[in-house]
Amino acid sequence: MPIKDESAWQPTCDLKYLRLRAQMLAEIRDFFKQRSVVEVETPLMCQATGTDPQLDSFSSLYHFSPKDRQMFLQTSPEFAMKRLLAAGSGSIFQICKAFRNGEFGRFHNPEFSILEWYRVGFSLPQLMDEVAELLLKVLNVKYKADDIYKVEYIELFERVTGLNPLVFCQQSYQSYAENNAIADAINLCGDDHSMWLDFIFSYKVQPTLADQSIYMVYGYPAIQSSLARINQQNSAVADRFEVFVNGIEIGNGFFELSDAVEQEKRFDKENKQRQGKGLVLVDKDELFLSSLRAGLPDCSGIAIGLDRLLMAVTGSSSVREVIAFPFDRA
Amino acid sequence: MAKYSTNEFKAGLKIMLDADPCAIIENEFIKPGKGQAFNRVKIRNLKTGRVIERTFKSGESVEGADVIDMEMQFLYSDGEFWHFMVPDTFEQYQADENAVADSVKWLKDQDICTMTLWNDSPLSVTQPNFVELSVSETDPGLKGDTSGGGGKPATLETGAVVRVPLFVQIGEMIKVDTRTGEYVSRVKE
Repeated sequence: MPIKDESAWQPTCDLKYLRLRAQMLAEIRDFFKQRSVVEVETPLMCQATGTDPQLDSFSSLYHFSPKDRQMFLQTSPEFAMKRLLAAGSGSIFQICKAFRNGEFGRFHNPEFSILEWYRVGFSLPQLMDEVAELLLKVLNVKYKADDIYKVEYIELFERVTGLNPLVFCQQSYQSYAENNAIADAINLCGDDHSMWLDFIFSYKVQPTLADQSIYMVYGYPAIQSSLARINQQNSAVADRFEVFVNGIEIGNGFFELSDAVEQEKRFDKENKQRQGKGLVLVDKDELFLSSLRAGLPDCSGIAIGLDRLLMAVTGSSSVREVIAFPFDRA
Repeated sequence: MAKYSTNEFKAGLKIMLDADPCAIIENEFIKPGKGQAFNRVKIRNLKTGRVIERTFKSGESVEGADVIDMEMQFLYSDGEFWHFMVPDTFEQYQADENAVADSVKWLKDQDICTMTLWNDSPLSVTQPNFVELSVSETDPGLKGDTSGGGGKPATLETGAVVRVPLFVQIGEMIKVDTRTGEYVSRVKE
């Protein structure tokens, strides 16, 4: 990347935000210390990575004569942390960097800070309560318990759009798009139900989540279950929730899938989707699958983007304002 | 013409969209944590001037548009076309009514303006931000009024009508901000 700007060596964030970041990290560590959740470290560079077709990893070659070995920077520390859980670590948290290739914009930096934690024996509603407590602590005086809204995905989606997110009716989705100034969705999303949901949620639902609000949206459609379990009472939804601060997505929580067979099926399905999109296939993480076969305790976990959380703390409108050296200055 | 990926979209980039040349105003990367990445782009249609919003799948490519800006001198109008010349090369261009649009009401012979060319044909004309024109018609002002309050309409030599202070007289040169169409000052000759 050519650098013309003589001032490009400087940080893009206000120096006082360095201190606010340090304070935020200290508060998070204090929060988990009080709850006896152990801080851990797992490798950021691993032999395998996730198969999610929406995530692109950085890879590098380890020079291991006579044969190089391909290594991947992790898009989140999830697999390695679950291996610790399966080994009997008990509840754990980690603050580290995560890497996502090709994601750069107002709310994205390809290298970003993540807080990920797992609570053994917690149900999803219990974890949601803990997330609320943590956010109120970190966002301290700015937000109160009244600013937290817990709402079901289906209810929220229907309230805003009048569409049923669980049943894909292409015709009604299309006419909604036409009548609501998002006609581009018709060609882009085609008959891809999940993409329609992403599009409509990003363009129409998220903007309705007010400023000065913390939304926890739970019960995602089963087709967007990711690594969450399918709900026991209602197989159309997954035990997954997302957290939005002022309408900005900051975290994704799951009642964690622990069934090794089901997990392997999802890996295979995602690789098939990759094939369909012309993306490279990703080897399944066999170490992770072995740990599931050995037994992952029932647990709930969540990853929170710390740069976006700091945006909320400081009232910033871009991650550039809270990261010292974003991608183009790295 | 080269193709541009959404990753290269930035303000000012000229692309083809629905067979019209357009300029990118703003490009936002949108991606749910577990979902499809999109680019939400604000675009100005350079033919109509209209601003629209379009969404692309991230990484998608679109054709670039051969659009350039050039300083040109306005020569004359023959009623149907407006004729311009590149001062350095003496190369001449004729622009139609759509291309010159409102800018002609600020242009008099010899004036320098910015011509936007698409595939080497005039697409639009942008007049300078400030022009100096003489007043060809206005009500006689009241003697002694220098306050500038109130004002009156005045027709300029190019046909444009602007509000001027009461003291401005026929034949005087005035400076006008063409972006707002407002009187700025009198010009001493």
